[in-house]
Amino acid sequence: MSTNLRTVRSAQHPDFSPELLVRLHGLMLKARVLEERLIQMYKQGDGYFWIGGPGEEAFNVPLGMLIDKGQGPGHDYCHFHYRNSGTLLAMGADPIDALRQMKNTATDPYSGGRNFVGHYSKREWNVVPVTSPIEVQYSIAPGTAIAQKRAGGRGITIVTGGDAGTAEGDFSTCLVWASRPVNQLPILIIVTNNNYGISTPSEGQHGEKRISDRAKAFNIESKTIDGNDPEISYRELAAAMEYVRSERKPFMLEAMLSRLYGHSSASGANPVLDEADCLKGFERRMEERKLLSREQMDEMRARFTLELQEAHKQVRSEPQPAGETIYEHVFSDRDLVRGDR
Amino acid sequence: MSNMVQAIRMALHVAEERHSVTEIFGEDVGPPLGGAFTATQGLKTAWNSPLDERGIVGAAIGLGLAGQRSVAEIQFCDYAFNAIDLLKLGGMVHWASNGDWNCPMTIMTPVGSGIRGSIYHSHSFDAMATHIPGFKIAMPSTPREAYGLLLSCIVDPNPCFFLVPKALMRVRNHPGEEIPGEPGDDKALSKLIDAPLGDRSRWQAQWPDTPDLFIKLGEARTVRAGKDLTVVSYGRTLPLCTRAADELAGSEGVDVEVIDLRSLWPYDWEAIRASIQRTGRVLFVNEDTEVTNFGEHLLRRTVEELFYELLAPPKLLAGANVPGIGLADDLEMASVPQLPSIRNAMLDLARRSP
Repeated sequence: MSTNLRTVRSAQHPDFSPELLVRLHGLMLKARVLEERLIQMYKQGDGYFWIGGPGEEAFNVPLGMLIDKGQGPGHDYCHFHYRNSGTLLAMGADPIDALRQMKNTATDPYSGGRNFVGHYSKREWNVVPVTSPIEVQYSIAPGTAIAQKRAGGRGITIVTGGDAGTAEGDFSTCLVWASRPVNQLPILIIVTNNNYGISTPSEGQHGEKRISDRAKAFNIESKTIDGNDPEISYRELAAAMEYVRSERKPFMLEAMLSRLYGHSSASGANPVLDEADCLKGFERRMEERKLLSREQMDEMRARFTLELQEAHKQVRSEPQPAGETIYEHVFSDRDLVRGDR
Repeated sequence: MSNMVQAIRMALHVAEERHSVTEIFGEDVGPPLGGAFTATQGLKTAWNSPLDERGIVGAAIGLGLAGQRSVAEIQFCDYAFNAIDLLKLGGMVHWASNGDWNCPMTIMTPVGSGIRGSIYHSHSFDAMATHIPGFKIAMPSTPREAYGLLLSCIVDPNPCFFLVPKALMRVRNHPGEEIPGEPGDDKALSKLIDAPLGDRSRWQAQWPDTPDLFIKLGEARTVRAGKDLTVVSYGRTLPLCTRAADELAGSEGVDVEVIDLRSLWPYDWEAIRASIQRTGRVLFVNEDTEVTNFGEHLLRRTVEELFYELLAPPKLLAGANVPGIGLADDLEMASVPQLPSIRNAMLDLARRSP
């Protein structure tokens, strides 16, 4: 099943304006260059561990572009996993902040040097803290969705995770809680399927034909799409989000996509050459459609690379958190989520 | 006068009326049952969840992140163990985000022995709870304290455990320790807020007008003043300690000071310290298994900070370090501190001389 879904289709989508496609490409390219810089930082000793999403840009960037960003139940709640750098970038995050988290500096706005790279957290945008345990976010997502269902409006909860983690009970929890007949929840349940759990191929562990088939048992609408195609991803994400926003019911979207540098630095963070590269495929398409030339894209890549190189230099000079700060923020004296300042 | 489940119910009613609680949920928490111990009968925001502790804790975290105040119940703490990593996660939201997020939520769960609950309805949770930094932990020993501690947990901006000693759920307030506004007559109160047997579909609770009462987390209560020996306890064993102290005062002339810790985190070290400095002798009593027990932490601190002020070695009386509490009467009695073992430990300590 995966063969035809894992290649980048060249189908035309006339509903996309050239401006949107150029923007999509720019963000995908920047997200890739960001991950390349983070890997380089790891290899140069400017960080203890790398994990990220190179290869997922065609899906993660449209996701970020489509999210209703903001604070509180009226906007979308984002329960991400650690491969969503492209999503944050598309939402407007400054890439230098990812470098700060990579280098665990005191200036890291997501965790103050406490957590791994890719473990985003931003209350201003409803991005709840990303955690390393696989799949716990699927158990937490129903909570924000209950609040949104009660609040009314069009805010939805979006939860992302990988295919291997769907073996955890939390994934079932999400399906059960999202589809309770007494209170169906506005959750977009996303599975980014790269066919691996660290080093273990999925075909030896998962008997289900498609993960999205599991939604059927709960009367949850679902679809499996080619997540390596940014235009398909954009269109399907937009449709799925609109369904969840207006129907106030869950939807499961499974995106088949690639993992271009393996699981993490634990597996070497080296290029994997036999997987489809969504960026290369999309750039060919942009050239064919004469929306961008090779030279323009090369120039753009060089510019992003330089920007991030400069950012890397800056981050190197920024302070590390002091040891005595470990006792800060164990407890909160303010109810920030309820509006205290 | 209310018993502890009625006090909890009244606190939850006050919380949903005046303190913005929007969800009270868990297995069998909503109608028709209103909780395995009836602690959530008649509440307008109480609802039944799937039989899924991970889902219950996860939903509570999500609700907290969305700025909602919720009370989530794990029916027995014995079933919270499959949600430990989610509880850990709830406790670290504020810290991991370097202060950007907080997560208000109250996890309420019955704990401990006393109902012949056998292996999976008798576990304690206080040692485990104190191993989850980021949570505040309250454990009442009277209905009035259940009322006041639960309200404090609910309005706290941090995750809180509200641990309810099963053995004390039907115990009533002593005269003079009523919840303000509650009817003095037990039957009158029962008629107002206990769901009837049989069809309850048309029943509605008639809530007495009880005011806010916040018992500060981190403030112990000296239940009984004394000069010979300090006893620090909480939950089921607290009233046993008080009874043993009363008996020893009469039979042995030993004057025991009994402190109800009430909250385990933060905990009132000042009250413990001041008492030990007066008596020179201390016994910590709880019923969780004795190895890496919270009382061991208090013992350690006592030794480190008060060693030269002690007249006798400080002692911990806790549950036997066995995997579970057996069903048969003698098995349960032998597994956790009871009145005779508490009395003996007190007497032994009081008679020790330097």
